[in-house]
Order: sequence, then C-alpha cells, then structure tokens
Amino acid sequence: MVSLRILRAGPGTTIQDQGRRGYLRFGVSESGPMDWIGHARANILAGNAPGVAALEIGIGGIELQAEGGPVWIGHAGAPFDLARNGTALPSCGRTRLQEGDRLTVKTAAQGSWFYLSPAGGIVASPVLGSLATNLRTGLGPPPVTAGTVLSLGSPAQELTTELICPIDAPADLPRTVRVVPGPQDDYFSTRELARFFAETYRVSAQGDRMGYRLEGPPLRHARGFNIVSDAIALGAIQVPGDGTPIVLMADHQPTGGYPKLGHVIRADIGRLAQCRPGTDVRFAPTSVRAARVELLAALDYLKAMLDRAERREADLSSERLLSVNLVSGVYE
Amino acid sequence: MTQDGSPAFGPEVRFLHAGETALVVEFGVAIDPAIHERVLVLDRALAATPIEGIVETVPTYRSLMIHYDPTRIQPQALIDSVRALPPAGVAATSPLRRWLVPACYGPEHAPDLDGVAAALGLSPERVVALHSGATYRIYMYGFAPGFAYLGGLPQELAISRRATPRPRAEANSLIIAGGQAVITTVPMPTGWHVLGRTPERFFALGRDPVFLAAVGDEVRFDPIDEPTFAALERRAEAGEVVVRILEPARW
Repeated sequence: MVSLRILRAGPGTTIQDQGRRGYLRFGVSESGPMDWIGHARANILAGNAPGVAALEIGIGGIELQAEGGPVWIGHAGAPFDLARNGTALPSCGRTRLQEGDRLTVKTAAQGSWFYLSPAGGIVASPVLGSLATNLRTGLGPPPVTAGTVLSLGSPAQELTTELICPIDAPADLPRTVRVVPGPQDDYFSTRELARFFAETYRVSAQGDRMGYRLEGPPLRHARGFNIVSDAIALGAIQVPGDGTPIVLMADHQPTGGYPKLGHVIRADIGRLAQCRPGTDVRFAPTSVRAARVELLAALDYLKAMLDRAERREADLSSERLLSVNLVSGVYE
Repeated sequence: MTQDGSPAFGPEVRFLHAGETALVVEFGVAIDPAIHERVLVLDRALAATPIEGIVETVPTYRSLMIHYDPTRIQPQALIDSVRALPPAGVAATSPLRRWLVPACYGPEHAPDLDGVAAALGLSPERVVALHSGATYRIYMYGFAPGFAYLGGLPQELAISRRATPRPRAEANSLIIAGGQAVITTVPMPTGWHVLGRTPERFFALGRDPVFLAAVGDEVRFDPIDEPTFAALERRAEAGEVVVRILEPARW
C-alpha cells in the first residue's frame, strides 16, 4: 500500500480536512485548516477535491518519505523551504516522490502554515464525519509525529506532470485584514471602534490554532465586557476584560461570553493565520456584501484551478495564474 | 448591522451579522427561559421548514446562530426567509425529553461541597437537596463536546467562582458558579465549584448516541451513593447509557 512515513515532524503537525460540520450545537468545534485557501490549493494541485484531508505543518517543519510506490503531492501555503532528497523545490506546486524519496519542509522567512496534500488523500477513520484534528479536545486523527505512517487513497486522476506555482512578492507592511463589524460592535463607542481600525496591532506569541492575541492599545468597552454567552463564528474578534483583542481561529470554542466587535472576512482569515508572532497588522472595516464578493472571488479562483486540473491541462502557467488578481492576495 | 425582526418572532428580535457566513438572530441579552424558548421555537421551525443554503444552526441562551453558505443564499434573502417562516412551522415544537441523571455528592466526587455550604451558610445536605431538587434546562452546549450549560440553579446556590482555580476537575463533574450549573465532559482546570459527579457521559465517541441530550431538554439529578456510582461508572464505561428518560407525568 502506498503511504507516507513521517521521519520528523514539528509540534502541532496535524491532519485537516475542510472541517467538522453539523455538531456545533453539541459544543464541537469546526476545526479545519488555518489557511483554507492554502489548503485548498495544495489539494487542487494534487488533483483532489478542495476539502480533502491534508497535512497542516507549522513552523517546526516536517520530513517524510514515500513508501510502497510513487506519491504525487500538492504543496502550498506559506513560502517555506521545500526539498526532495536535498534538492530544493518550489514551495508551491506539485511534485512526484518516487518510492524512497524524502521530502523536507523547513520554515523560511515568512508564514506560519504549510500544506502537503498527497494525491488520493490521507486515509483514516473519520470522527464525527471529519478528519480534522482538534488538539484541544483531541477529536480527529492523532497529531502527526515521527513514526506516523499515513495510508493514502487512490488518486482520482492520473497525474503526469510536476507543476510550479508563482509565489507573490510580500505585500507592503503592515498587512491589512478586512473586518465585518458586529455582532457586539455596539459594546464599543464609535470612537473606540474607529481607534481599533486606526491602530496597528502586533500578532502576539500567545497564539495557536484556537486564537491569535493582538498586542496593541487596549480597547475600552462602553457597556462592560461580560455578555451572556452566544455562539462564535470563525474569525470573531472578541475583546475580553483587559481590552486586548483576540481573533478566534480554526479550533475556537463554539460559544463564548465576551463581546465580539467584528469578524475577519473569510478571504483574509488565511492571510492573518499566516502572520507570525511579531507581525504588524491593521484592520479595515468592510460590509457583509463586500466580504461576500471577496469570498466568491476566492472561490472562483480556486474553481478555475480545479477546472484546469480536471481538464488535465499540461501546465498551470505562471502567466495564467498571475492574471487572476486574487493570487496577489493569497500569499503575502 | 441590525434589522428589525418579524412579527412572528416578536418585536425585539435583532438580525446581526457574524461575518459573511453566519447570521445571529438575537432575542434578548439575558438568561431568561422565555427568551430561550423563542430561540428553540425558531430552531425547530428551521428544522421543520429548511431554508436552502443553511449549513447548521447553533442555539444559545439568547440567540440562534445560523451558519449559511453565501454561495447558495444571500444574507438579505436569508433574513427575509426567516421572517417569512410559516406560523405553523414556528409553532411546531417537538416534545422535549427529560433526563434523570444519577449524581454522586460523596466527598471523593464533590471536593467543593463543604466549601460551598460554608460560604453560603447552608449545611452540605441542604446544598445537595437544592442542587438535586431543581429542574434544569439545557440552555446551550459549548467549551467542549457535550459540555452542557444548565439554567435553573436555585438562587440559594448563587456563588461566584473560586478565588483559586482547581488544576483538575474530572470529566462528568457537576459544577456551579455565577448562578449557572454545568455538566462537564472533559477533565479540565476550573474556577467553578465541583459539587458532584455523574457516572453518565453526555458525550461518548463510539457510543450510539454520541450525544445524549439536546438543547432545550430538561435535567434533574438523582442522588446516588458511592457504591452505586462505582457500579454505574463501570456500566457507563462499557458504553451503556445509565441516565434515564422520564415521562413528563413522572415529574
């Protein structure tokens, strides 16, 4: 059977599919990838559907080996250093590993999360319908460590060519992340909200798959900071009593009791996830309508990638990818 | 970000956006059985009359979060569809279940019982009688799978959190603080007071059902001694459901 043997893995290496849906009402977090666009790209490059289970790799990197036959792997996410048997590869693309080939992923100057998607997907037992790992609750496949052997499914299509995707130049700093205000924006004065959107925040080292804390001037609540708990969606910016905003990420709790001044839009949540501790970030208000347009653009971009893969075009040429303007927003 | 609600759900309902993939239908800002009832009515109405594009719904104390797929429905269309839910659908309520949950208040399982009693000026027996004499409603799940927030804790048991959190409370503990009661499902550090423990698992992977009770179901605690706890614990660990469902007439 074709498999991947993990030779070395940084802490926090997990298997993530598109997330666990349908159990939020029972207190079960959605989980799923921190950078869903990077995850989807890796899958599409591998000829998989966008939500198939793939490896999510943090700044600890990974080293693995193909066993039992050749393995095609889609790779995308942060611009990490990638090498096959010691020879550098582009960080974003599709690579064929012969049986015995070693693939090494190491952190580079930027980004936090990298995705490796073997063609055919990772075969494991779903928990509550999903292969997403939640490190806090222990749901899903166990964390991936040295010695883990991942069984792979049969590729949906025959792959014949290796691919290279363009990596975009870093955007100007600080990065701007767009936010839809609400539902508890009325717990802050107009002036305080304006201050949130004017200040520069720094991603704190106190961050993980549950949430990213933001260092910066504390926000004052106009009406106290205890609310009767309500539900939390991905990207919620909650402001606890000390006034330090926390953006709730993939493994966030399903419910909570702090005012949420807004939500990071889906098109930008992966870019925020990729920000390392110490990165400066600014936030810009946007509307639900505009956020939806951006999400649809991101999905269209991925759909176009998928369509090309399905048509088995020989190559995803750099020119064509660069002509899709969303690409410039995927990796900063 | 707010829009007026439909007459069907009362004048105070607010539609609030939680980003571009979730809508909050908010019925109030307090812990109040009447507010929660309206949350449940909407939740059941949506189950009875599904709206294309809704992914899942999450009932809480005071609001219903509707997760939707923005490629399948636009937010304003969703709000309009919720407003237009047929009154029959709104009125359709499924019968609640009522659970009699075995609860051991022995010293091994209730490390905070004496402390709570002393702080409230009650005897430990009185604290147990109050905790096990009340009827609770499951208002919400959160924090962890199957972790149930209960309303209905008697006023006499209102107590703030411990000054120093405990490093570990066992799974299936019965804990109280801030006028609320919880049944836990995972071992955890907690600032809440541990009053007892049930051998039942409200969440058990590999068991059918994985989750026992739904939001809106009612719960009572049935005091058991430690040998009974140990016996039920063995059965529950083997995958058996040891909680009982009561007929309404048995209340």
